[in-house]
This record gives sequence, structure tokens and C-alpha cells, in this order.
Amino acid sequence: MGKPRVKVPKSAAAGDVVTIKTLIKHKMESGQRKDKDGNKIPRKIINFFSATFNGTEVMSVNLHGAVSTNPFIQFDMTVPETGDLAFKWVDDDGTVTETTKTIKVG
Amino acid sequence: MNISRRKALAFGGAALTVTLVPVSFAQAASEDVMKAAIAAFTGGADVAEGGIELTTPEIAENGNTVPVAVSSPGAKRIILLASGNPNPNVADFAFGALAAGNGSTRIRLAGTQDVVAIAEMADGSFTQVAKAVKVTIGGCGG
Amino acid sequence: MKKLLSTVACGLVAMSLGQAAFADADDHKLSVDGVAISTDAKPMEGGPLDELISGWRFRSKETQSLQTDDFDNPSFVFVEDGEALFAAVDGSEGKSCSNCHEDVAEFAGLRPTLPRWNEAKGKLYSMEQYINDCRVDRMGADKWKWTGSNMTAMTSLISLQSRGMPISVATDGPVAEAYEQGKEIFYTRVGQLDMACANCHEDNYGAYIRADHLSQGQINGFPTYRLKNAKMNSIHARFKGCMKNIRAEPYKPGSAEFQALELYVASRGNGLSVESPSVRN
Repeated sequence: MGKPRVKVPKSAAAGDVVTIKTLIKHKMESGQRKDKDGNKIPRKIINFFSATFNGTEVMSVNLHGAVSTNPFIQFDMTVPETGDLAFKWVDDDGTVTETTKTIKVG
Repeated sequence: MNISRRKALAFGGAALTVTLVPVSFAQAASEDVMKAAIAAFTGGADVAEGGIELTTPEIAENGNTVPVAVSSPGAKRIILLASGNPNPNVADFAFGALAAGNGSTRIRLAGTQDVVAIAEMADGSFTQVAKAVKVTIGGCGG
Repeated sequence: MKKLLSTVACGLVAMSLGQAAFADADDHKLSVDGVAISTDAKPMEGGPLDELISGWRFRSKETQSLQTDDFDNPSFVFVEDGEALFAAVDGSEGKSCSNCHEDVAEFAGLRPTLPRWNEAKGKLYSMEQYINDCRVDRMGADKWKWTGSNMTAMTSLISLQSRGMPISVATDGPVAEAYEQGKEIFYTRVGQLDMACANCHEDNYGAYIRADHLSQGQINGFPTYRLKNAKMNSIHARFKGCMKNIRAEPYKPGSAEFQALELYVASRGNGLSVESPSVRN
């Protein structure tokens, strides 16, 4: 997994709905492809993504092999207060990548 | 009229012709697999329509990266399915109280097919929407 | 199968007639994070094209929109790789790019002039060669492969510094010979399909070749992230792909032939804005 990219507003008014964008570099090997010798290339994908605000899960996604290379996930959320939005990506091999951004209210 | 692949080759010259041959959907999920994927999510409950929006391109320039967006305000969970992929499961979204019940991503489609989104609402009911996406195959790209 | 045959026949006829504008470029306007970038330009007098149009205008609105926001544009993952490489020490001299070039922004204005004559070396130079010269001569590091991922990450980062600037390669003086060679390659039919660059990108831009909307083959957006292979694609890799499509034996990336072609094709877009790193299908 590469370094994740996230787009999170630095500030918002309490109750604002904001758009969050995330992208991480990953091949997302689907498990459907074959190599030159006709052998199936084993699946290796990011299978889970989550966004958690001040400890409460905002949303999560189980990803399957049909999600494109360099998976992009966008969603909207309400910002109730100042807090940390923590993102997490989990690879099939167990590797976990995390990053956190702070949103300030007021 | 029946024309062999060899003849088609001879006729057209090469690549342009071969790739015009309609895609084989032998690899696509069977209807049963699709039904099973839906049942796994709904537990066999009835699925209504409406209250869920799915945004897809009418024609995808490349099946490798097809932007899709789904929205169903108030949904607890939404699954995205690609009926024509070998494995129909694409992504399963779960929403907490702060989420708006929407999500966008970019997906792979093995060919022209219906993309289906099903939402589970807060009251446990299900609703779905389907969109046909034409996928252009193996283009030169510009 | 009848339909297949007639489709093929139509395609071939269209190509051979050289007159088949079924769908022109659209009139959409490109702005990236709110900054407008022109996607057309007036050609130089006496040029082969009546209008210069960026490949962006031939793509679907979904593909176009990926280039309107540097977050949505997947190229920027690779630009960030380029930034890391720019700062990374490599080679026997213990240096990174940033030891000599403090800020990559100093390369603003470079991309529109390439390829250009390198007086010291006495030959035409592309960005890839300048990068590899630095790596070998100053850093004591190994050359990067012309079309490799490190190279395209670096050329993406450096090209980005010139985004919005008009392409302006020189075609006369010491590069005149390469320019003429590139022009000849552009118009020479090759391969089993017996096609020249011009058959698609001059005679038929705006038309469809199968489901693909033909562009003018401009290179103002390179390196470009292609949805097809989900990575940055160099100019020479794209030339190679085109030659394979027409069932020709491609020249090698970095060869004198592809460099000459790069110069000629760049000159056909003199005046178009640099869009690098762009998104195409």
C-alpha cells in the first residue's frame, strides 16, 4: 500500500455536511487475472476501509475485487463538533494503513 | 452467414476485427450467483424500489475504472453489485449516525451489464435500483 | 455476424476515405480546482491542422471530470511518488535531486520546450534524458528506464510545474533534421493495417474508431494516467501502443525515431496548454 491521500476540510460549522475523499495506491489484484502461463494470479486487495470520527464509526466499506486499482472512496458526513477523523485501510495480507485529520468547528 | 475467426482476421486485417467480436460472457456471474449475493444481503426479504439513487456513466470509456455513486439517505447499509462480473460483489457500505448514506467509488466492469445497488433502511426494509452501463472494449484510447 | 462484417467494412471504408467526422470534440471547458486551462489554440500559420484541440475534449464527461480536481485525478498519487523520489538520496555521490534543485518549481517552463536541442551533447533531448544525465553524472546513480514508473513519476512532477503554459517547441536550427524525420514518420503508413499516425489523428480526429473517439494525438497532457492501465504513461510508451494497434513493429522508447516523432507531434500542438498530468481512457 502506498501513502494514503485524503481530502478533509480543515474547518466546518457545527452540523455542516462535508464531503470526504480518499485514495490509496494499491494494485487491487482481483484474483480473476491470469499470468503469462495461464495460472490465476492470487487475489490481493484492500478489503476494508473505515472512517471514524472521535471514536464513532462514520462509515465503513467491504471492498471486493471489482474495485479499481488505486481505490477511491468518497462520502458525505455531518460534522457535530471539533474532532479527529481517522481513516483505516486493511490489505488482504493484514497490513493496516491509517491516517487522521482534524476538523475544527467554530 | 457464418464466419470463422480466421476468416474474420483475413477480412479485417487484424486487431480491429478481432476485438469487434462480441465479448464472451462465459465468465460473467450466473443469475444464481447474483441471486445468492442479493439473498446474502437481504436474507430473502422483499426488495422495493425507490428511495435510492445510483449514478453511473451511460457508456464507460474503460471498464477498468468506472465511476459510480450511490445515495440513499437514512440507509444503514448499501451493497453494490455488478451483475455481469464473474463475482458480482463490488462494495458493501455501512453507515453510522454521522454518515449521509452515500458513497462513491471507481469499479471494474467485465462488460456491458447492469450495476445494482440495494439499500437496507433503518426500519430493516430493502430497496434497490439498477443501471445499465455500456462498456466499450479494448479501445485504442485517443 | 453480418452486422460484424458491415461494421468492419464501415470502419475500413471510413479510414480509407479519410473523411468521417461523426462526432466532433465537445465544447466543454476545463478548469482544475477552479483555474481555467485552455483546451484549444490557434495553430501556427501553414500548419497541418485548422484547429488545435486537446485530447481532453474527446473524452467522455466522466473521464473529463477526473481531471478537474487534483484529488480526483489519480495522477497525483504518482506526482507524490515523484516528490519522494526528488528528495531521495540515490547513487554513489550521496545526492538527491533536491541537493541541486532546491525547489521543483524551478522547472516551470521546461516542459513546453521539450524535446529540444542539447548543445553540450550535440543532440535532441527529451525530459527523460535530462533526468538520467543528472542521475548518472551528478548523483552516480543508475539510469531509469525511459517508460518505467520512477521515470514517469518524475516526469509527471516536473511537467506539472508548467501546467497551463503553452507548448512551444523549436522546430528549426539544429533540430530541423529531427523535425523532418518525425514528420516523415507521422505520415508514413506502416504495419499490417498500413496506417500512418495521420490517418487517425489528422484525417479522422473526432470520428469513432470502433467505440473509441479519435483525438488529434496531441501530447500536451503527458505523462497521462490511463484508465486502461491505471498508471502514468509516457509519450514514447503511447507511441509504442499506437504502433502495436496498427500491427506495426514499434520503435523503441528512447530511440531517435520516437524522439523525432515526439518533437514533430509536440510541434503540432504548439500553442496548446500543458495539461500534465492528464487523465485519458
